Amino acid sequence: MKKKKQNFEQGAVVTKPGSSKNYHTGDWRVFRPIIDQSKCIKCYQCWQVCPDAAIRIDKKTERVEIDYDYCKGCLICVKQCPVKCIAKEVEKK
Amino acid sequence: MTKRVIEASHAIAIGAKLTRPDVIPMYPITPQTHVVEDLAQFINNGEMKCAMIDVESEHSAASAFLGSIAAGSRTFTATSSQGLLLMYEVLPIVSGMRLPGVMAVANRAVSAPISIWNDHSDAVSARDQGWIQLWVESSQEALDTVIQGVKISEDKGVMLPLMVCFDGFTLSHVFEQVDVPDQKTVDKFLPKFSLKHKLDIKNPKTFGPIGFPNSYMYFKKQQQDAMITSLDVIKKVNKDFKKSFGRSYGSGLLDLYKMGDADYAVLGMGTLCGTARVTIDKLRKQGKKVGMIKVRSLRPFPEKELQVAVKNLKALAVIDRHISLGQEGPLVTDVRSAIYCNDLTVNGYIAGLGGMDITVKLFEKVFSDLEKGKQNGSWLFD
Ligand code: SF4
Ligand code: SF4
Repeated sequence: MKKKKQNFEQGAVVTKPGSSKNYHTGDWRVFRPIIDQSKCIKCYQCWQVCPDAAIRIDKKTERVEIDYDYCKGCLICVKQCPVKCIAKEVEKK
Repeated sequence: MTKRVIEASHAIAIGAKLTRPDVIPMYPITPQTHVVEDLAQFINNGEMKCAMIDVESEHSAASAFLGSIAAGSRTFTATSSQGLLLMYEVLPIVSGMRLPGVMAVANRAVSAPISIWNDHSDAVSARDQGWIQLWVESSQEALDTVIQGVKISEDKGVMLPLMVCFDGFTLSHVFEQVDVPDQKTVDKFLPKFSLKHKLDIKNPKTFGPIGFPNSYMYFKKQQQDAMITSLDVIKKVNKDFKKSFGRSYGSGLLDLYKMGDADYAVLGMGTLCGTARVTIDKLRKQGKKVGMIKVRSLRPFPEKELQVAVKNLKALAVIDRHISLGQEGPLVTDVRSAIYCNDLTVNGYIAGLGGMDITVKLFEKVFSDLEKGKQNGSWLFD
């Protein structure tokens, strides 16, 4: 756990919304999902099931993209993809 | 102020009404039921403007208590025995979130065997959950302590929930004369309810977040600091209460009876202190120098004050109405730890479990044990 400057507000209240943005759940990842864009049929099922909302749809290209800052590597997307175009790789750090 | 003859349950309900709570989530359980009934009646009669939430269990009562305070409402509830045990999961969340509010606990034994009668096992076993606990002896003290409790709990240096513990049946169902304070004086005595942070959709904040290993312990330290601060706040509120209402209870933390020249003393909580007073009066007539220490505040525990109170004693008997099975009564453990340096004989007695009477005869036996120099206590069967 990285050391951050902490604010010990009474009762542990977090006084400003959006603080979860500071927690990069991507740090937890053991496996990295990688989308093969050439096979992707843009069904967006992976986007629907990602528990961390780490998959985004690019409005221009209509492609799905993984935000590796927040993708925790649960591989639910890999399991869900109907054309099996998301591969998993061991995360190298 | 009006004098009335009422039971402690009614006194508690009147006390709660006088503090003008906005919300009361409640689930009835013997022997607390009269408190719920009385408050429901006040609301129904239009004597009280307050939202009563009929919940489906004590776990929900405690959860609604938590949520309602977090939303910025003064909130009151009451429970007993198994009900308090069902609330247990929520108790440290209320205190950890630093939400102030008062809950009355009509003390009753816990199952098994099933017992609806009085002892202190319910609240005493919840003493580590971050709530201030004030224990009362009479109906008057019960009413007054609800009012004091609101002020202590909401003090900005404290901000902790508080239990007013009163003996089930032995006090809850006993009729006594009670001075009922008038609303105006109570309104003057209590500040308006206010929180630094409350649930507010216009100004969103996160309540009850995760505390990682690098922060959790700091929050526990803050709670402990608040508990230590509350020692002085309890004393001050007790003093201020006297100025406004003409009554107070010892220092607020301890209430001493004939301790000035006492050689031997008993220490306890709740109604058994009344029986101790009667015994002491009787023994004093026989020339015996005996006294009593009533612990009013179990949490925070008034260590320093206790050290002074026992200074001139030859021996002390602690009466526990609860046992930490496999050890001894928790009260005697606390007392021994507090006065370790006083080099005093402290005998621990277990008494009054599951409603067994604690009589003058039993106290006479305890005092005679002390006089004879007995070095250990025992179980007192009536
Ligand atoms: S591995 Fe899990 S967290 Fe990462 S993109 Fe896939 S579903 Fe989302
Ligand atoms: S589930 Fe597979 S095919 Fe569907 S959008 Fe995601 S990557 Fe493309």
